[in-house]
Amino acid sequence: MVAEFKFFNMGRKAIIQVKDLVAGYGENVILKDISFDVYEGEILVILGGSGCGKSTLLKHLIGLIPPISGQVVIDGKELTDGDEETYQQVLRKIGILYQSGALLGSMSIAENVALPILEYTSLSAAHVATLVTMKLNLVDLGGFENYLPSEISGGMKKRAGLARAMALNPKILFFDEPSAGLDPVTSAELDNLIIHLNKSFGTTMVIVTHELQSIFAVAHRVIMLDKISKGIIAEGDPEYLRDHSRNPFVRRFFNRLPE
Amino acid sequence: MSTPAIHRSHFFEAANIEDGGMVLHLWGRMDADHSSVLLRELDGFFAEAIPPSLAVELSKVTFLDDFGALVLIELKRLMMRTNGAFRLENPSVEIQQVLKTFQFENLEKEATLPKKKKTGVLVRLGDSAIAHVRDFRYLISFIGAIVLALLYVCRHPRSLRTEDTFSCMQRTGVDALPIVCLISFLLGLIMAFMSSVQLKQFGANIYVASLVSLSMVRELGPIMTAIIVAGRSGSSFAAEIGTMKISEEVDALFTMGFDPTRFLVLPKLIAAVIVVPMLTLFSDVFAILGGLLVGVTMLDLTTSSYMSQTMKTLSSFDILLGLVKSGVFAMLIAWIGCLRGFQVQGGAASVGQATTSAVVSSIFLIILTDSMFSVVLRYW
Repeated sequence: MVAEFKFFNMGRKAIIQVKDLVAGYGENVILKDISFDVYEGEILVILGGSGCGKSTLLKHLIGLIPPISGQVVIDGKELTDGDEETYQQVLRKIGILYQSGALLGSMSIAENVALPILEYTSLSAAHVATLVTMKLNLVDLGGFENYLPSEISGGMKKRAGLARAMALNPKILFFDEPSAGLDPVTSAELDNLIIHLNKSFGTTMVIVTHELQSIFAVAHRVIMLDKISKGIIAEGDPEYLRDHSRNPFVRRFFNRLPE
Repeated sequence: MSTPAIHRSHFFEAANIEDGGMVLHLWGRMDADHSSVLLRELDGFFAEAIPPSLAVELSKVTFLDDFGALVLIELKRLMMRTNGAFRLENPSVEIQQVLKTFQFENLEKEATLPKKKKTGVLVRLGDSAIAHVRDFRYLISFIGAIVLALLYVCRHPRSLRTEDTFSCMQRTGVDALPIVCLISFLLGLIMAFMSSVQLKQFGANIYVASLVSLSMVRELGPIMTAIIVAGRSGSSFAAEIGTMKISEEVDALFTMGFDPTRFLVLPKLIAAVIVVPMLTLFSDVFAILGGLLVGVTMLDLTTSSYMSQTMKTLSSFDILLGLVKSGVFAMLIAWIGCLRGFQVQGGAASVGQATTSAVVSSIFLIILTDSMFSVVLRYW
């Protein structure tokens, strides 16, 4: 594994620690011996070719799939020791934007965003409504409170999903292919939103994507997964990897060169 | 050089050359529209005799795509079968590029569309057995999840999504009322009618009332109502949850800290257990009315005699039994419907399968449970 670090993360706390993770489904091993840290306040992008296991890794990081072996520690709490109580505490600190937004279809956007707030705080309905409006304004969806998910476009669904993911102002946000299905302008707007949120609130962000333009615009650091070796083949600043990586596959990826 | 052509058609011209071989002139567009006709004609032409060598003259071909390349490949293969020589003459630069893209040189071997590999019977049997065991384990663990969720809601009543429960009660109960009443009415009518044919012979018309009321209230009312609810609501539970599963909404609920069982299943389960017995009551009433109609119009019974006979036959135990059965059936319908929804993996086809399975499994379990009730009551 080639490690090319910038000094960006020196002195920062590791908010997510992955130790010797073996990830897969049942007996099917997709990734082996994955170890890396995510530092507080950084935007980390997990990328790789198709089928390299980035979505699988994300699902393991958020606790949707138990690992075959290894550990995932989020903010000091171990996700993988099977304790329900610990897991619920960790969930309070993270927010996830799923690929198509995963908004609950039977509720309006406002109700979707309000859902976690109503569940985990004791604020009155009126207070929650104000909070929801603020969060929707943050993602530029003010005025669409009473729309159903089926009545808005794909880009708007993602922004609504992001507003919901941020409902409780989590410390860490996870993004599963945020640019998938978006036109270049909307994609760029989403990138800007991500950068803005990271700067304003210091939220740590873990993004799974393979959109090169977004990666260069947004990532502080990237981790590249590889299908054949089932592990991490590169880590570091994306521009540095594009220009100086010793691995030809990595350079081809970042320079968008066919084989 | 140019010898008399031995065949000329709209699509090609063949001419013999000095060394005994043949030149085939092709022209125009060799694309999807023309290729199948050309293949047929060439097939017919070469059916009689295959020359020792074949040169295909392509200078007049204006366009060639993979359909056109297919014609050339088939000619090449034809010559290979008889060990004859084959060459292409004067292909344009574009055609050469196109052929290179399709790797023309490598396509000599006959290709077949890969047939679906059928695994052995024993392997499939084993696979199926493992799948059934896994399914059974999931079934049982799902029952456990529901029980735990119910216990939680008993301790924290405000955690139940009451709005969802009420709206489910409306969809499962109120919306089903017209069809349940209609079907029950018709069933009562049919039963009275069919039995009256026999009972008339003994002058025992009045017992039509007993027959209709007892059979409907104890058995057919609960069963028919449950089957209707299974078809309407069991399928909709499976489809709703299944669709949520494939659009990651269930994952989203889980990672927001909600228990999908408590959030999605309990409202449906509680709603069903409340409304299905009520529907059964309506079903009983309308069935008796159906029998009443037959009794009064065809059997010269009076309303009062019919109703009093009905009252005489029915005991409160019968009515209560019918309601208890309905409650149990409702639980089965909600359980299986939601279970099949959670088991959806993949896409739309899987949702369709889950919906069908929910209805079929519900009906099966309803009848099975009813038989168990009958056996238990018989020997108790």
